[in-house]
Amino acid sequence: MSQLPSATPPQSSERSSPAILLSMLWRDKLAFVSAIILLIIFVCALVGPALLGDLATDQNLRGRNSPPFDLSRGWAFILGGDALGRPMLARLIVAARSTMMVAAGAVIASLVVGAAFGLVAGYLGKNVSQLIMRLADVIMSFPSLLIAVVVLYVLGPSIPNMILVLAITRIPIYLRTTRAEVLEVRERMFVQAAIVMGASHWRIIVRHILPQVAPTLITIATLDFAFVMLAESSLSFLGIGIQPPDITWGLMVSQGRPYLGNAWWLAFWPGLCIVVTTLALNLLSNWMRVALDPAQRWRLEARSTTDE
Amino acid sequence: MSEALLEVRNLSVDFHTARGTVHAVKNVSWSIGRGETLAILGESGSGKSVSASAVMNLLDMPPAHIIAGEILFGGQDLLKVSYEEHRALNGKRIAMIFQDPLSHFNPVYTVGWQIVETMTAHGRPAEQARARALELIARVGIPDPEVALNKYPHQFSGGQRQRLMIAMALMLKPDILIADEPTTALDVTIQAEVLALLKELQKETGMGLVLITHDLGVVAEIADRVVVMSKGQIVEQGTPRDVYHSAQHPYTRQLIGAAPGKGQINLLNHASPVLLEVKKLCKSYGAFAALKDVSLTLHRGQSLAVVGESGSGKSTLARAILRLEPVDSGEAVWKGRDLIGMKPSDVLGMRREIQMVFQDPTQSLNPRMSVSQIISEGWDIHRLMPDRTIRRERVAELLDQVGLAPEHAQRYPHQFSGGQRQRIAIARALALEPELIICDEAVSALDVSIQAQVIALLDGLRQRMGISFLFIAHDLGVVRDFADTVLVMKSGKIVESGPTGDIFAAPQHPYTQKLLAANLDPDPDVQAQRRNRASDG
Repeated sequence: MSQLPSATPPQSSERSSPAILLSMLWRDKLAFVSAIILLIIFVCALVGPALLGDLATDQNLRGRNSPPFDLSRGWAFILGGDALGRPMLARLIVAARSTMMVAAGAVIASLVVGAAFGLVAGYLGKNVSQLIMRLADVIMSFPSLLIAVVVLYVLGPSIPNMILVLAITRIPIYLRTTRAEVLEVRERMFVQAAIVMGASHWRIIVRHILPQVAPTLITIATLDFAFVMLAESSLSFLGIGIQPPDITWGLMVSQGRPYLGNAWWLAFWPGLCIVVTTLALNLLSNWMRVALDPAQRWRLEARSTTDE
Repeated sequence: MSEALLEVRNLSVDFHTARGTVHAVKNVSWSIGRGETLAILGESGSGKSVSASAVMNLLDMPPAHIIAGEILFGGQDLLKVSYEEHRALNGKRIAMIFQDPLSHFNPVYTVGWQIVETMTAHGRPAEQARARALELIARVGIPDPEVALNKYPHQFSGGQRQRLMIAMALMLKPDILIADEPTTALDVTIQAEVLALLKELQKETGMGLVLITHDLGVVAEIADRVVVMSKGQIVEQGTPRDVYHSAQHPYTRQLIGAAPGKGQINLLNHASPVLLEVKKLCKSYGAFAALKDVSLTLHRGQSLAVVGESGSGKSTLARAILRLEPVDSGEAVWKGRDLIGMKPSDVLGMRREIQMVFQDPTQSLNPRMSVSQIISEGWDIHRLMPDRTIRRERVAELLDQVGLAPEHAQRYPHQFSGGQRQRIAIARALALEPELIICDEAVSALDVSIQAQVIALLDGLRQRMGISFLFIAHDLGVVRDFADTVLVMKSGKIVESGPTGDIFAAPQHPYTQKLLAANLDPDPDVQAQRRNRASDG
């Protein structure tokens, strides 16, 4: 039924200026809340360690595993205390920085490298593509935990090394997706039209192919964010990840695991932080996918006319 | 008119979309009797398919919403019967065939299995179904019915798939066959065969045939009665002759006026210098020869049409000239320079001089770029016009030239209709002030009235600016109106070439004659004459 009539969508805004983007964000309430949550986490990561660093490492053995929602020990213990009597809230805030550094660093690094190689593999001829894809296969066929153990054992556990290891193990995912999409997009007519106009390879890749692939990559990246946070915690659990006194949410989850029976809050709060962060990222990326697509943008704008 | 078999009475259907309610059809009534052929004629978005979909219970509800009306078949209102009752009728009493049989056959089953399924789904024994399938496949003209039953859809050509689809629809001897653009995706010669087949089968079975189409030629060839739809309403109905010769409604008159193939034939001006010369171009894909010794000469200001059916190599020729495809042997000389062996550093300059307009503007415009970005991309590539205000003015000028408004510059391709999108594609081609524009089926995907506008636009550009055109098409009417010289291609070879007037008046090669004979004329009288001549001869 290709003949169904369709109304012409309302004219969309002239330019995607920050003000218009902001108003579109306001239309999608879930995305708006997500953005605020992410902003708070970002601020925590930025200033948390400087303000609360001492408080978070201050041991207080009388307050071991003190239960949450008890204000008698002061506001820092509102979420309870950990096994060494350190305030959970302060620790969560301080841990935000290293968690975000590892997760964002690994995701961004693997995204950039994977997408770049994927674009090259998809766009260039068979030989280059074969070489890149077989390399990716090698990485994928290697148990990622094994690479991590070997590399971190040799190089020593530190945040940059963690980022390196996690990024390498996640690269093939972006690489394969990008290549598959590029293979399809480059056959589309508008790419041919660009070639006819004399566009350079660089221009075709950056202006014509990348914008079509980007939404998929952003979606995968946000999903991967949670995976990387948990992978980091399992490495920490094995003792080759982030080392105390540095803390991350993942490390806090694994440290709290033995106490799940009698002090659930030790693992629960950091776990909740991970869930909320990923959820917020997902919702925001969902909004972004719509907002950045000219053909879908009216969904966010149309709502503005019906709302008011 | 005999007693109506199926009657649609005062049907109104709305579509509730996020952008508001659309009245898809308003107060539409038509009926069809036994052995009769009713054509529903309309352009895209006219709602011509909606009432047929309502008959088949194929409308998605929501977003569709039937406001009023009734569909009477065999004494009951199809809009009121239950889903199960409707299912028993679909396929058995009322069958439907679609535009693109490839997407309507399931690729993972053999066609035999799928055709037999129509019958077994209605509770007939498999043995009987198989026998009937064999009989019908032979009847619709597929060679080796036994073998064909075990083949998969992709192993057939487009025309054969449509025949198989017809066989499938006729399995249960339906009283009514609804055909939604059954020949739109087919070549003209195949279209003629499929229409003839439908007519024969109708004579044999006495079924009523509802044909949904946008093509006046198809109406003239096959219909007993025609209903013309525009914007969801019936604006005219009657016999094709009456409608064609004494149309009342302005829309019908405009539609008939827009039908290609009636204008004055362009004459070739030989005095102008040669722009492009192609000599003995060859290209093969494995054993398949796409181009065999193709030669042509194009003068400045000339419009040269390359006509052929799908697979004739006409698009490969365009791609070879544009260096999108390497060739095996042969030469192409562009303004004295060799195109094929051109150094990569010289290619950029050539790219500016030769532009292309593609068939489907929906796919040839980047959906994530605004119109002004699309049009000015060529200037970015060739480092022209760095000044932003001059650019903006030039974009506005180009949009004006192709009949769009300057304020359209900030919109995105999806906000335009098909015809408007093709205008954007033309504006993009014009932005670089090319000397040659290659149009690969540039108007095939457009409605007739829009087609006429785009052709007029291109013709104006040719006359005003002296741009040459290499016009690739399968529609002879359009070619006749636009080209001054015609090349006819078949299986990679040029079988005939010459001035448009000569080719149309006195075709020499049998293939050209067949092509011209298969081309449907919008005038029912002309079409009737041709039919008689064909049956006499």
